[in-house]
Amino acid sequence: MLSFLMPEAASAQAVKTDDIYYLLLGISAVIILVVSALVIGFSIRYRRGSKAKRGAMPAFFSREFEIGWTSATLILALFLFWWAASSQLSGLLAPKGALEIHVVAKQWMWKTQHPNGASEINELHAPIDTPVRLVMTSQDVIHSFFVPAFRMKQDVVPGRYTETWFNATKLGVFHLFCAEYCGTDHSRMLGKIVVMSKEDYGRWLSAQPQGDNLANEGAVIFEARGCSGCHAESSKVHAPKLRGIYGRPVQLAGGKSVIADDAYLRDSMLMPKRDIVAGYEPIMPSYKGILDDGEIQSLTAYIRSLSTEGEKR
Amino acid sequence: MTDATLDGELPLSLEPSYLGAGHSLASWLTSTDHKRIAILYAISITFFFFLGGIAITIVRIELFTPEADVVSADTYNKLFTFHGIIMVWFFLVPSIPTTLGNFLLPLMIGARDVAFPKLNLFSWYLNITGGLCTMYALIAGGVDTGWTFYTPFSTMFSNTHVIAAAMGVFIAGFSSIAAGVNFIATTHMLRAPGMTWFRLPLFVWAMYATSLVMVLATPVLAVTLLLLIMERWLHLPIFNPALGGDPILFQHLFWFYSHPAVYIMVLPAMGVVSEVITCFARRRVFGYDFMVYAMVGIAVIGFFVWGHHMFVAGQSPYASIIFSFLSFIVAVPSAIKVFNWTATLYRGQISFEAPMMYALGFLGLFTVGGLTGLFLASIPVDIHVTDTYFVVAHFHYIMVGGSVSAYFAGLHYWWPKITGRLYSEAWARFAAILMFFGFNFTFFPQFIAGYLGMPRRYHVYPPEFQVYNVMSSTGAVVLAAAYLLPLFYLGRSLIWGARAGNNPWDATGLEWQTTSPPPRENFPVIPRVAGTPYDYHPVTEAPTSGRRNVHSESDQG
Repeated sequence: MLSFLMPEAASAQAVKTDDIYYLLLGISAVIILVVSALVIGFSIRYRRGSKAKRGAMPAFFSREFEIGWTSATLILALFLFWWAASSQLSGLLAPKGALEIHVVAKQWMWKTQHPNGASEINELHAPIDTPVRLVMTSQDVIHSFFVPAFRMKQDVVPGRYTETWFNATKLGVFHLFCAEYCGTDHSRMLGKIVVMSKEDYGRWLSAQPQGDNLANEGAVIFEARGCSGCHAESSKVHAPKLRGIYGRPVQLAGGKSVIADDAYLRDSMLMPKRDIVAGYEPIMPSYKGILDDGEIQSLTAYIRSLSTEGEKR
Repeated sequence: MTDATLDGELPLSLEPSYLGAGHSLASWLTSTDHKRIAILYAISITFFFFLGGIAITIVRIELFTPEADVVSADTYNKLFTFHGIIMVWFFLVPSIPTTLGNFLLPLMIGARDVAFPKLNLFSWYLNITGGLCTMYALIAGGVDTGWTFYTPFSTMFSNTHVIAAAMGVFIAGFSSIAAGVNFIATTHMLRAPGMTWFRLPLFVWAMYATSLVMVLATPVLAVTLLLLIMERWLHLPIFNPALGGDPILFQHLFWFYSHPAVYIMVLPAMGVVSEVITCFARRRVFGYDFMVYAMVGIAVIGFFVWGHHMFVAGQSPYASIIFSFLSFIVAVPSAIKVFNWTATLYRGQISFEAPMMYALGFLGLFTVGGLTGLFLASIPVDIHVTDTYFVVAHFHYIMVGGSVSAYFAGLHYWWPKITGRLYSEAWARFAAILMFFGFNFTFFPQFIAGYLGMPRRYHVYPPEFQVYNVMSSTGAVVLAAAYLLPLFYLGRSLIWGARAGNNPWDATGLEWQTTSPPPRENFPVIPRVAGTPYDYHPVTEAPTSGRRNVHSESDQG
C-alpha cells in the first residue's frame, strides 16, 4: 500500500488491524457513494418545478421499507462487532514464554529493561519473530506506549501495571510515541523500537554494559531492605514463603483468592494490609516511599525466579 | 425568496414585536422573554466561538512546520486546552438548545413562554459566570490539562489554573441542567390544545431528548469536577495513585458525562435538519415515528457506551468488548436518520436556499463522521487510532461538520422569524459551500495522518506528517473565512435587509403562524392544532411546485 496513506505494517497484529480497517473503508465507501448518489440524484431529478413525474407515493415506500433497512443496518453492525471483537480476543494474551521487557515511563522519557538487566533510555531493541511482552508502569502521570508500525498502544498508568505485547515481523527502526497527553514536553517523549534478527539481538544484548541480572538485583534488594528477615525460607517469623507462588492462586483471609501476578506482588509491597493471605497476621509494614518502581520490578523478577527454579527441580 | 408573498398570512400584528418591547440594555439583561434570552445566548456563544477559534488558529499556524516556531510548548498546550474547554462547554453544548431551542420551543408547541422564565434568565447568568471564571483562568496564565482534565496530571502535576477552569465548567453545567429542566417541563405542560406528542415537530423531540441527557448526565460531570477540585485544593486522596486513589476512575466518571455530551451536541442538530429538509423538499418527513424512536434511542443507548474512550486505558478487556458492542448498536439509529432524510427528498419539490445548502452539508459531513465512528467502535482499529488525529478528525466531523453546519442551517432558516429580515441569499449560499469544502479540506487529511500514527496534542512532530498538517492548516484558513462571512451578511441584514414577511419559506410549523418577529406573548390567540407537523402535501399525493395553500391553524375559537 502507498506509504503516504498507510503506515508500515511490522507486526502480526498490524496485518490483522489493517484487514478490519480495509473492510470498514470498503463498507464506508459503499454507503457514502449510495447516500451521495441518492441525495444528488434526487436533488437534480426532483428540483422544484422539474418535469419529473411524482405521482402518489409508491406502495413499496412504506413502513416495511423502513423496518427492512433498520434490520439490515443492525445486522451489519452485529457482523462488524463480531469480526472486530473475535480478532481482538484471539490476540489478547501474550503467548507463554514471551520475552518480558519492563517499561517505566516518566515525564518525559521511556526506560526499558531487558530480562538480563540491560536497560535503555528512549529505545527498545527487540528480536524479530519473537513474542515480546511489555510490563509497564509510570512514575508520575499517565503516558501511553504507542508504536504505529505495530498498531499497538497501551496507556502506562501510575500505581499499577499495564501490559501489552507484540510480535515483530519486519527488521527496522520504528517510532515510539507517547500518545497520552502528559504535560510540557509530551510531543518530545519519543523513542525508537529497533527490531533485529535473533542473532543480532543476542550479540547486542551481550555487548550491553551488564546491568546486574534483574532477578539477582532483586535478591540483593531482598536482603538489603530486610524482606528476608521474614520472608526467607529460614526465617522464624510466621510470614508467607515466596517460593513457587508467582503466577499461582493465593488464598486470602476472607475466602477470596487472587493470582500472585506482578500487580498483586506490587500491591502487597506497597499496601500490605489490603489483601492478607489466609492464616497470617497483618504485621507487614508498607514499603511505599521506600522502594522505587525499578526496585519493585527487580524484587518481582526475583520472586518469579524462585518459581521457575522450583519448576526445574 | 421571490416566491414569498404575503397572501394568506396573518396580518402584521398590531402588537409590537418582542424586539420593540424596550430598547434599553436593562430591558434585555432583565428580560424573562424566552426570545430575548435566546438572543443573549446567541451573542455570548458567538463571542466564545470566536474566542475558541482564535486559540485554534494559533495552533494551526504552529503546526504548519514540524518544529516549534511560533509558541512555546507550554503555550501550545494551553491554547489547545482553552480551545477545547471553550468550544465544548461554552459553544457546542449550549449552541442550538439555548439559542434556537429557547427561541423556538415555545413557538413550536404554541406556548407563550417556557415553563420557568426566570430560571431561563438565571441559566444565562450561570453560563456567563462560568465563562468568566474560565476566562479568568486564561488571563491569569492559562490551563494546560487538555479539555479532558485527566488525573493525576490535572490534580498533582499541572502548575496552571486548573481550579478556576474546572470551576467555570462546573458552574456552566448548572446552566445546562436548568435549561434541560425548563425544556422538559415546557414540553410536558405547555403544549397547545391538539398538540399531541406525535404531532410535535422533530425539533421539539430533539430538544426533549437532549434535555433528558443534560439533566441526567451533567450532574455526574459536576460531581467529577468537584472531586477533582477537592483533590487538587485539599489533597483529598481520590484519583491520585500515590495515595491509593484511582486515576482510571476519573476517566469513567468523565466519559460517563462526556460521551452523552456528544449527543447533547448532535441531537439538536438532527432536529434542525429535519425541519429544514422537509421545508425545502416540500415533503412530509419520511418515517416520522422512526425518527422519534431513533432520537430517544440515541439518547438512552448513548449513556452506555462511554467505555469506548478507554480501550487502551487499562480497563478490563471484557468490559471493552461490551462497550464495543453497544457502540456498534448506537450507530444504528443514526444511520436510520440519514436514510430517512435521504428518503424525504424522494419525489419532493426541492429548492436550494441557504438553509438547505447547510442542511445538505450537514448530511454529508455527519455521514462521514458517523461511519468513522464504526472504526472507533472496532477495538483493534481503535487501539491504533486512539489519541491520534484520526479521533480528532472523527469528532470534528460530528461536532463541527455536523452540529455547527446544522446550527448555521437553523440560524439561516429561522433568521427571518427571529429578526424579521432577509439576508443576502447569494452570500449565504456562498458561505455554505465554502464551509463545506473548507471543512473537508481541514479535517479529511487528519484521518490519514491519524492512521499513519500522528498523535494528537503534539507541539512538534516528525517531518513525515508535515504534508497533512499543511493541508489541514491551509483548509483552516478557508474554514475561518467561511465562519466570518455570516457575521457580515447577517449583521448587514439587521439594518438593510428586506422585510421578510411572516412566512418567507412557506413552512408549516406553528412558529410560522405568528408574525415575524413574534410579539412578546408569541400568539394573539393560542392556536389549536389539528394535524401533523409537516403538512406540505396531502398524505397520499406528491407535493406540487405551486404554493401550498396556506391555511392558518390558529383557531379563533
